[in-house]
Amino acid sequence: MTSQGTLAVRPFEYIRAADVRQAVATAAADPAAAFLAGGTTQVDLMKDGVLGPQVLIDITNLPLRGVIAGRGLVSVGALTTMEELAAHPVVAERLPVVRQSLLLAASPQLRNMATVAGNLLQRTRCRYYRDVSCACNKRVPGSGCGALNGHHRMHAILGTSEHCIATHASDLAVALVALDAMVRIRGADRERAVPLTEFYRTPGDTPSVENVLERGELITSVEVPLLPEGTRSGYLKVRDRASYEFALASAAAALVITDGVMRDARVALGGLATVPWRARAAEDILRGAPATPETFAAAAEAALDGASPRAGNAYKVELGKRTVVRALSMVAGLPG
Amino acid sequence: MDGSGRSVRWDADVPAELLVRLRVNGVLRESRLDPRVTLLDVLRERLGLTGTKKGCDQGACGACTVLADGKRVLSCLTLAVTCEGRDVVTIEGLGTEGALHPVQQAFIARDAFQCGFCTPGQIVSAVALLAEGRAGSDAEIREFMSGNICRCGAYPNIVAAIRDVAGDLGRAAV
Repeated sequence: MTSQGTLAVRPFEYIRAADVRQAVATAAADPAAAFLAGGTTQVDLMKDGVLGPQVLIDITNLPLRGVIAGRGLVSVGALTTMEELAAHPVVAERLPVVRQSLLLAASPQLRNMATVAGNLLQRTRCRYYRDVSCACNKRVPGSGCGALNGHHRMHAILGTSEHCIATHASDLAVALVALDAMVRIRGADRERAVPLTEFYRTPGDTPSVENVLERGELITSVEVPLLPEGTRSGYLKVRDRASYEFALASAAAALVITDGVMRDARVALGGLATVPWRARAAEDILRGAPATPETFAAAAEAALDGASPRAGNAYKVELGKRTVVRALSMVAGLPG
Repeated sequence: MDGSGRSVRWDADVPAELLVRLRVNGVLRESRLDPRVTLLDVLRERLGLTGTKKGCDQGACGACTVLADGKRVLSCLTLAVTCEGRDVVTIEGLGTEGALHPVQQAFIARDAFQCGFCTPGQIVSAVALLAEGRAGSDAEIREFMSGNICRCGAYPNIVAAIRDVAGDLGRAAV
């Protein structure tokens, strides 16, 4: 068999995991092991030489697939595909922000492959990370950052450091941090649950560390609290083309409005930050305030406060504010 | 691969091969495969099914779209070893020269291609889209065909072809 794509991939040992315990034990014992689920990031980056696991643990046959809607909570198996989650009737009815974030992402083919946990763990689209000939502190710690003074039109303006400005690419994660989702994690000798808002790590001086997962740990499910009845929610994604493109800026919003006043508010940003970005300062302004364009504008200012743009992505400050205002207007049902 | 579902650790630069059984267009096919090989390369280079095209080979263009267990997926990002026991349908499995699939017929009637390279992926994707019930309007067709890029820009005619088949299906259901 001859194929550039195939031969370029570093050889690896393939293991089809029979159960979660075996998968986790195998991964914990070998620092060069990686899990394989939908493969839409993993296989792509292996072809490009960015990832080169020596052991690939195929977890696709593990019993971690399916959505269970309980009282006040939706439990999503880690291997549930994006399409499956979007199609679930409780998600469609009670969590429109989640459904919209899924259906505005990728393409139907990718959504049939990509899993929910894999989506949360997807790697950045930063071209410097994905090109092994470039400097990248995330891929090769200490090698520098090609994006800082390179082409960074797509890059982050929030949560950045002098070592990395790569944007987190997930839409779903933005909706889920707004909803205070929890990630259930299985390790070799413990099980734990971590709020998604505390799961990701901003780059700081260790951009290669993207989240709190330790070696061998596997996400087994994601728990999403249902929004109270009457909550309006939605996801707005702004991008270079109408479909099948990553966000330049996006916003997830959920509002409880009675008599024109916002009793509760959740806001999170995508496409603008190094991690899915919960905008709590914006929420503080919205909560208890009238649902008006003036309030939304003040919230947008607060959401982008502290942004540190560079020459090529300075436009994202204003774009981010307008995205927040439009998302809030859309969810509140005001002309935006 | 032994019975445990584990490949033998490779010796230097000779990767272990695994026995993989796929059902492709209804026929059971067995291949010994390097675990690095994609489903796309198995189809094209091992099984001679060259209808499925290699466009970008990085999950961006949709030319390699096939059905796996009835769902449209990208064969270029699918390692073949992960398809053990799965049912794969390619463009060759949809129709024959004498008996084209209605979507194939509609693409001809509407002249829904120019160079033709993306066409197998477009047609397989369209067949899945119709099964998903996503052809309710031109806007919906466009959105749910967005994973299939046509660099000749035949989009208006592709949408028209899919709309025709969806209309026929709608009439047949009445």
